[in-house]
Order: sequence, then structure tokens, then C-alpha cells
Amino acid sequence: MSAPNSDYDPVEVTPLRADEVERMRDEALAAIAAADSLEALKQVRIEHAGDRSPLALANREIGALPPAARKEAGKRVGRARGAVNQALAARTAEVEAAEFERRLAEETVDVTLPADIEPVGARHPLTTIQEHVADIFVAMGWEVAEGPEVEAEWLNFDALNLGPDHPARTMQDTFWLDPESAAMVLRTHTSPVQARTMLTRTPPIYVVCPGRVYRTDEADATHMPVFHQVEGLAIDKGLSIAHLKGTLDHFARAIYGTEITTRFRPSYFPFTEPSAEVDLLCYVCHNDPAKVADCRTCGGEGWVEWGGCGVVNPRVLIACGVDPEEYSGFAFGMGLDRTITSRYDIADLRDLWDGDIRFTEPFGVGL
Amino acid sequence: MRVPVEWLRSLVELPDGVTTEALADRLTMYDLKLEEIVGGGITGPLVVGRVLAISPEPQKNGKTINWCRVDVGRHNVSSVPDAPGEDVPSRGIVCGAHNFAVGDLVVVSLPGTYLPALGFEIGSRKTYGHVSDGMICSTSELGLPDDETTASGILVLPPDSARPGDDAIALLGLADQTLDLEVNPDRAYALSLRGVARDTAIAFDVPFADPADRPTPSTDRPAYPVRVEDSTACPVFTTLVVTGIDPEATTPAWLVKRLTDAGMRPISLTVDVSNYVMLELGQPNHCYDRAKLRGDIVVRRARPGETLRTLDDVERTLTPDDLLITDDSGPIGLAGVMGGDRVEIDEHSTDVVIEAAHFNPVTIFRTQKRHKLPTEAAKRFERGVDPELPLRAAARVAELLVELAGGTLEPGATVVGDPPRRSPVSFPADLPERISGVPITPEQARATYERNGCTVELTEGRFTVTPPSWRFDLNDPYDFVEEALRTAGYQNVPSVLPTPTGGRGLTREQELRRRVGHVLAGAGLVEVTTLPFMGPADLDRLLVPQDDPRRDLVRLANPLSAEEPALSPTLLVGLLRAASLNIGRGHETVQISEIGRVFRPRAERREAPIYGVDRRPTEEELAALDAALPEQPRHVGFVLVGERQRSGWNAPGRPVSWTDAKAVAQRLADTLHVELQIAPGSLAPFHPGRCARLTLDGEVVGHVGELHPKVAEEYGLPGRVAAGELDLDALIAAAPAIGPKPDFSAFPVAKEDFAFVVDESLPAGELEAAIRGASELLESARLFDVYTGDQVGEGRKSLAFKVRLRAADRTLTDADIKAARERIVSAAAALGAELR
Ligand SMILES: [Zn+2]
Repeated sequence: MSAPNSDYDPVEVTPLRADEVERMRDEALAAIAAADSLEALKQVRIEHAGDRSPLALANREIGALPPAARKEAGKRVGRARGAVNQALAARTAEVEAAEFERRLAEETVDVTLPADIEPVGARHPLTTIQEHVADIFVAMGWEVAEGPEVEAEWLNFDALNLGPDHPARTMQDTFWLDPESAAMVLRTHTSPVQARTMLTRTPPIYVVCPGRVYRTDEADATHMPVFHQVEGLAIDKGLSIAHLKGTLDHFARAIYGTEITTRFRPSYFPFTEPSAEVDLLCYVCHNDPAKVADCRTCGGEGWVEWGGCGVVNPRVLIACGVDPEEYSGFAFGMGLDRTITSRYDIADLRDLWDGDIRFTEPFGVGL
Repeated sequence: MRVPVEWLRSLVELPDGVTTEALADRLTMYDLKLEEIVGGGITGPLVVGRVLAISPEPQKNGKTINWCRVDVGRHNVSSVPDAPGEDVPSRGIVCGAHNFAVGDLVVVSLPGTYLPALGFEIGSRKTYGHVSDGMICSTSELGLPDDETTASGILVLPPDSARPGDDAIALLGLADQTLDLEVNPDRAYALSLRGVARDTAIAFDVPFADPADRPTPSTDRPAYPVRVEDSTACPVFTTLVVTGIDPEATTPAWLVKRLTDAGMRPISLTVDVSNYVMLELGQPNHCYDRAKLRGDIVVRRARPGETLRTLDDVERTLTPDDLLITDDSGPIGLAGVMGGDRVEIDEHSTDVVIEAAHFNPVTIFRTQKRHKLPTEAAKRFERGVDPELPLRAAARVAELLVELAGGTLEPGATVVGDPPRRSPVSFPADLPERISGVPITPEQARATYERNGCTVELTEGRFTVTPPSWRFDLNDPYDFVEEALRTAGYQNVPSVLPTPTGGRGLTREQELRRRVGHVLAGAGLVEVTTLPFMGPADLDRLLVPQDDPRRDLVRLANPLSAEEPALSPTLLVGLLRAASLNIGRGHETVQISEIGRVFRPRAERREAPIYGVDRRPTEEELAALDAALPEQPRHVGFVLVGERQRSGWNAPGRPVSWTDAKAVAQRLADTLHVELQIAPGSLAPFHPGRCARLTLDGEVVGHVGELHPKVAEEYGLPGRVAAGELDLDALIAAAPAIGPKPDFSAFPVAKEDFAFVVDESLPAGELEAAIRGASELLESARLFDVYTGDQVGEGRKSLAFKVRLRAADRTLTDADIKAARERIVSAAAALGAELR
């Protein structure tokens, strides 16, 4: 601090001179502008805005001025310090923002690096298609029925109008449990589930039965001893083959697309009378005259075999406790494995069964 | 059933312009499904040739080819200078076969001929140094059946049967087509030209003359004496006698052609005539050499141990279920299935006894099955042959033998028994329309039934219909619906969507099973489907001890493989095979799961009852069915091999461990909202020290853990393998109908850590359970550290828990927390735990 002036008035204190205050302010502002890091700003703050900064020291000299001059000098120094502080804050914000930007830039990663450490699961298409089919029918107000895979002979055959001496029974290629006298089989179709449903529910009945069935076929590219079927059963008052056709048309459209229709060819099954084979309009060539001749899916026929169906034989209704005078019904059944193999052009059925994860993985959890 | 179109057309006059394809399409829609059209299709100059000269020329490849000069009449070229023999108008042809000689008549396909059996058009081509101007044809190249005389190659025509240049297509009937029809088991009548012709006539609405409508010999005196001891199995038995047939007589070409086109081999005139009548009318019949018969023909059941050498030269041991044709010498035929060789017609036979009978279908079915003899005769009898036919068919056989072999029909006919009468069937007149959905008036239905040979009454809105003797498929009212519909046309069924009253959607079990499937996939597992077949060796591989209950297998009577005679009691058999296959194919990480049934016998083995079908079984009877079935719950199983977390650029990867198996199980339990109790377990194929037994309310529901290292090695699975199998049905059955209520407090939490030193053998789960049960303020307790070492001493370990305390209704005070801590410490102390 300067000593009071000896001659006292007028008094002039050098640091408080207007040009001197201006110089100090400008020096401070220049230093602030030049600072390019928070570290440098911290130093500038100490040097130009701290307690020992020239402006702070100048401020202390104010008391040495004569009272008349103090106000003027105070204003001058205060404005200068205000300008410095403002510049400091603004520059700090600027530098902070720049440093944050720099940090983000430095944190940039190569997003093409793999991130596949978690194992990826998938569901088997044979499971998914059974659920898909079930959903189509559930949406129509049907329900899903299930039953055991080892089944009583009576339910697999007799109750379905396949008596012990029925010639059709030899067509079934049945796995029998040991001993054969135990009268149990690996079900050859899901029809015993239909029988069980009729035996335990009262009509109206509208059920689909997807499931695993067994025949004594050696495994090869086009046969497996185990495969999957879906069967449907409707028992109600006034049902006719027309309702069967309507149901199958709807089912075909739901699976294969709106332009797909079905056709019936007469056939024979013991549990239905009349019976029919149902063909699908070829879902690849649509029996289009321009394409059908070269179509591999239907072999140039324009139609592909889909399954069997018919009116539930009243003998089956009687064995299962349904009064054929009051109710009639229809049933149908088709394989699901071939739906998968034909849709995805899979040449060998065994691929569905040997468990290579590369078969299932592409399906994910859908079809 | 093979139906030669020419034969069919001789019995039905089809409308003009009906092609074979149109005929086949119509029959397919009339329930006689076309398998294929056989024959036809040869086009171009296929002609008769006479071999003029042959020059055998050995080749470097060791073969000898024949360079031939062949006279093909008007198709000759004027000169073939390099062909063997004199250069007269002819053609030069190279042929590799040797079964023909100079002077033989052969069939030549000249350039431009298309042979479907070869699939290409014959051209003139240079081969073995000559220009071969056509091809000398073998039977198979012509699409003809081979027999002993032609199997050696080139078809050589009988001498003087044609002239060079004649059209061979017409000569051999190669333009003729045959329909191969699939006859459904109920349409027995269609295993004959008679039946197919009748259906064809109805389908095309043209007149039909029944070939079985023919005069029959008078029965006022017997032909050959017959006694029938079992008239249920044999309701009708007929004999006629034809004497003086010429043993030298051969079968005429037209008959051979029809037989071969129909798929039967010509054998001798008598046998051919017998087969021809079977094909024509559908009545199997048999001819015996009368000179070899001893006394009366007797139809009876076999005696135990009796034997018969059948025509196929097999000595067969018979049972009383077999029906026999016998004479004084013993059995001479297996009724309706196959004749015996002792009374067979031979090249000296002149007098013939013709048998035509009606047999009970079930008797024939059983005999043919027992002796594995599905002969043409058995195939017809077991489905049902028109019982009115025997005498008429026998007369037809006699007629042909008289005509073709110069025999004489002896007067008289033996007919034992009466054909069974058909009962009428009654049903509402609107039933065909009601069930088929196709507008079919009662008058239309009546016309259809009558055309099919039924006797029809229509009164007061009801049909009473008596089916004809040949229709074994018309027994129930719905059979008549089918008959009316097949005439009205299946293609005319309208499409009407039924309107169910509304279902309840998936059951909770079905819904939860799907949820489990999704959760498994979400846990990184790939679902597989495996075959359930296995054998005891698979259990050996899993180190399953001999006294393990899973050794009691559900066995098959007729497994596909002797090594896999049973159904698997565990999903791990299939899963480990699949894991092994994947590792073998180069995968390093395989994490697979399966949901499927496993099979185990009931403690008390029973036979499943067989009930009648004329009524619903009672509840007790139904329960008895289910009680006999093996247990077959759905399980969920999984196997994890390799890295649970894959190694990569930023992490070292984490190999599979037993904890991953437990984590999967817990995830399933959480999904189903069930609380598993977990305790140390011991079960093959798991590592004895790394197996957790999972229980639900005291019932064991599964095991998880690390696979026994020897099992992993046995399946070629590297590293530590985690696996698990749970009873999914049991888990789902225990799942609460609705999940737990969300229950949490907004008051502050107090976090407390505890480190307890316990005996090394104390399962951490027990200590954790004790802590959890110690205070009602406890929100969670999580084990975060396990330490063994010097600081806790030999045989001891330190278990550290993070515990969170919270009250539902207030902020906890220091006193609350202190009290809770004390309770936790003292609960732990009860297990010998000391606070560190
Ligand atoms: Zn197509």
C-alpha cells in the first residue's frame, strides 16, 4: 500500500490511474483469452482475479485517496474486476465444453467389434409349427387337446373302428409294447386324443390335437419312425362335410396364404365315413399354367397332398359315448414335418432329428 | 389293381372321345384313385425285322458286338455295302446282345422312334466303326415284362408271326394302356374288371352289362362231391368238372396279353384261365387235377400239427385256426389262400375239378397273416368276394377251358351252402344331403343306389336300402351318404366355416409350457428333438447303476433295432447323443435343451383292457385303460458344453460350470413361480460331488449339476459339462394359478454385511436359509464371498452375505437394526457359525 501523499491534495496513486486500471484489465482479459485449458485458467484466475492480482492490490489503494476521489476510483476498479470475472467464467465454460467434447472424442470405439459373448438360443421349428397351428384354431374358438404317446390299443384302434381283424390295421406299421398281450402301442396317429376328448367332454367339441406319432419306418431321407401330426375334431349339431371344407380352406389360407384353396378326393379311413383326401393348391406355382409344368413342389400336378379327413364314423361316436342321432362331426389330420421340409426346402427329414444346432439356430424363436 | 384299358372298354362302352387320362381322372374322383398309367407312349417307326446276316466283331474292351444286316421291308435302304452278307435292300444295325440268330424275326426301332423306357429318340449313329441305322429291341426296352424266355435280352418273335416291315406297335399291342388303380380296402368289388367296369359305367352314366350274368349249369346232379364241416368259415362251396382237356393246348395271345397287362405271369392254360376269371369277375378259384384227388373234398379246420406243402414249395405247419381243403389223403389246399402241390395241374392233366367258394373274410385274413401269404386270392377273400359268384365264376372257367383246351363240361354242379343274405339299412331320406352338405334329393340318391344294384324303398321320408351281394362297404347309413356323394361329386362340396360357441384358449399347462420354451431359448439354449429309442447300453454309458430304478425300461415288442429295444427314461440319452454329434461336427460350444416325454413302467404292470365298441366304456373301464399305461411325464432337459460366455477381444470367456445348470433350473422355477429346494444330490450321470437334487414340497423334481467326467469323456465332450433334467409336468402342476403379489416398501433400506465362519461341510444354502428366516425385516440376503484358508483355519470356511433390511411401515431405527443383526447372528450360531 502506498503511503499517504505528503502533499495530500491533489493526490495521485499510480495503480488507480485510469490508464493503469485499464492496462491491468486488458492484461487480465488477454491472459484469459489465451488460456486453453482448465489448468491454465486456474493459473490465470490466481494471477488476475486472485487476492494478489494487480486489480485486487489496486483496490486496496483506494483508501489512500482523498475521499472525493475514492468513489470514482472504486467504480473504475470494480468495473475492471467485473469484466475480468465475467470473461473468466465465460472462458471457463468454453474450455469445459471443449474438454468434454475432447473426452467424448477420445472415448470413440470401433462399433464393428463383436459383441457376441452371450449364447443365442432358438426353438425347434417342429415345436413352433405345432404352436402356430394351435393358434390358428384357437383364434377360431377351438381348443387344444393332448394325450399320451404310449396309448392303449383300444383307444388307438378299436375305438376308432379299427377292429382286430380290420385289414386297414395291418397298414399301420405299429410299434407294440412288450409283451404284445399288454395291448399298448406307441400311438400311430393323434386320433386317440380325439377319442379321449369325446370320452371326457360333452359336445359341442372343437379341438385340435398336435403331437408326436410313431410308425415302424426305418429312418431315411423321407421317413422317420417318429413324426408330428395335427388332427382336428368337431362334434356339434348339424355339422356337414361343407363345414369340414370351410375349416380346411381357412386353415390352408392361414398357413399358406390367402389365395390357397383345398380340394377333396374320395378316400377311405375306418374312423370317417365318408372320407376324403385333401389336396392343397400348390403354394409355389398356384397351378398357374405358365409355371406348373416345371414346378418341383407339386411335380407338375398343381396340387399337393395334404392330409386325410371325413365325417366321424357313427361307430366311433357310439364307442366314445356321443349320440349319433343328435350330433355329427368331422375330423381331419395332416403331417407337420413335411410342412417344414417343403417350406424350407429341406431334403433330408433326419436333419430335423439329429440335433445339429445349425439346423435350429436360423429359426430363432419363430418360423 | 391293374386294369388294362382295352379290357375295360370291352365291358363298358364309354362315350366318344373319352381319353385314358379323362377316364383315369373321373375314376380318381369316383374313389378309384389312379396311381399311374402304364404303357403307351411309343411313337415312330417301330417295325418287325428279319435278321439276314450277323458278323460278330470282338472289341478291344473284351466285348463282342454283332454287326447285322436286317430286312425291315418297306423301310429298307437300297444298299448297305459294308454290312455282312449279300448287299440287298436292308439296314445295317449294331447290336450288343447275342440271343438271336440269322433268320429270326426281331423288333427294330428305326431312327425317329421314341421309347419311353429309354427316355430318348433313337437316331442313326456311328458306333464301333459302323453306322448303326436303328436298334434291335429287348423286352425291357419295349416296356414289356420279362419272363424266363425273354430275360436274356432281345425279343425274338415266333417264326412266321409277322412280316418284315410290319408295324410292331400294333402287333405287340404296345399302344395299349393300363390303369394302375389304388383300391381302398373297403372296395373289394373293385379288385375285378367287373367291379371297375360297373363303377365306370355309373361314373360316365352309360349302360352296363354284368359279365357275371351268365347261365349256370344245372345243380340237379353233383359234379364232384364236397362236404363242408365249417359253414361259418365257408358258407358256399362249388365244384364243376371239365374232362378231356388237351394238355398241349397253349394260352391264346389275347389272354396272355390281358393277364400280363394286369400284372400276372402266364403259367399254363388252366392256371391262366383260372387267373383270368379271378381278374374278370373277382372270384378266386382253383383247379385240381381230378386224377390226383382221393375221395370227397372236405372243407374243415386243420388239426394241430398237420402240415401242407403249398404251391410255393413251402412245408407249412397248420393250426386249428386255418381252414383247409382236404381229401382222403389229407390237406390239399389252404382255403382261400393257396393250393397244395400234390393235386396241382401238370403237363399231363386232362380232367379238372374247378373249385369256387365263398370264405369268411376274417378267417382268410388271419390265415394269410399267420403264414405271411398275401396272395391275390387272399387279398380278395379277406376284403369280401361276392357270395353269389362261385357257381357263375366256375362256369366261366369251364366255358373257357372248353373253348380253349377242347374240354367237355361234365353235366351237373356241386353247390354246398347258401350265400349269406344282406340285411336292409334304414335311414332318413335327407341324411345324404344333411351330412354331405351337397344338395342331393332323395330321388337322386335313390337313382344312385339302384344303379349300384341296391334294392331301394323310400317311404315316409325314410330310405330302406338292401345292398347288393358284392358291396361289403354298404352297411351303415353313412356308407350310403358316401355312395350318394361320390356320384354327386366331392368337388361340389361347398365351403362353410363353422361357428363354434367360443373356446377358452390354451390351458394354463399349455401356456406355461410355451413360456418355458421361450425362457430356455432366452437363456441361450437351442432346442433339439430327439428319438426316444434306446437300450441298456445307453444307461451303461451314463454310468447308471444296475439297481437304479431307471434300469426298469418300457420295452417294445418290435423295435427297429435290437440295440434300442426301449423307450428312454431320461432325456439325457438323446441330448448327450446330440451334444456329441455337434462336437464331432466341429462346434466348440453346444448348449441344447429338449422338452419331451420320458417313459417308465408302472410299479404294477397290467395289460390294457380291450372293450367292445357298441357302447361307451364306463368310468371304471376308462380308468383301467389309463392305469395300465406307463408313466410318461414331460421332462425338460439340457446339456451345456464349452463356454457359457464366449471369449472375445474384450473378455476371456467363461467356461461352463455346474452353476450354469443350476441357474437354468432356477430360471425355470422363477418363470413358473415355484420355489425349488436345492440340496446335494447323487445321481448318474452327474459328478457325485457336483449334483444338486431339486425338490418341490418334498417331491424330487429333478437334478442339475456337472456331468460325471467319465460320462463326458464317453461322449467325447470336452471340459466340464453342465446338465440338468426336471419333471416339467410336476413343475407346472405346482405353479400357482396367479403369480406372487408385488410387495415392496418405500421406506429406506438398511444394508448390513455379515461374514460367518462355519464348518466346511455346512452347505451355504442352509446358512442362507437360516439368515433369511431370522428376521421379518429381512428383504434379501445374498452370498457374495466364500473364503477358505489360513485366516479361518483348517476345515473351516468363511461365508459373507450382504443383507438388506427394510420395514413395510417405518424407517428403521438403530435399535431395530441392532435387534435384527442379533437375531441373524444367533440364527447362524445355531448352525455353528461364528461372526468373523
Ligand atoms: Zn406347383
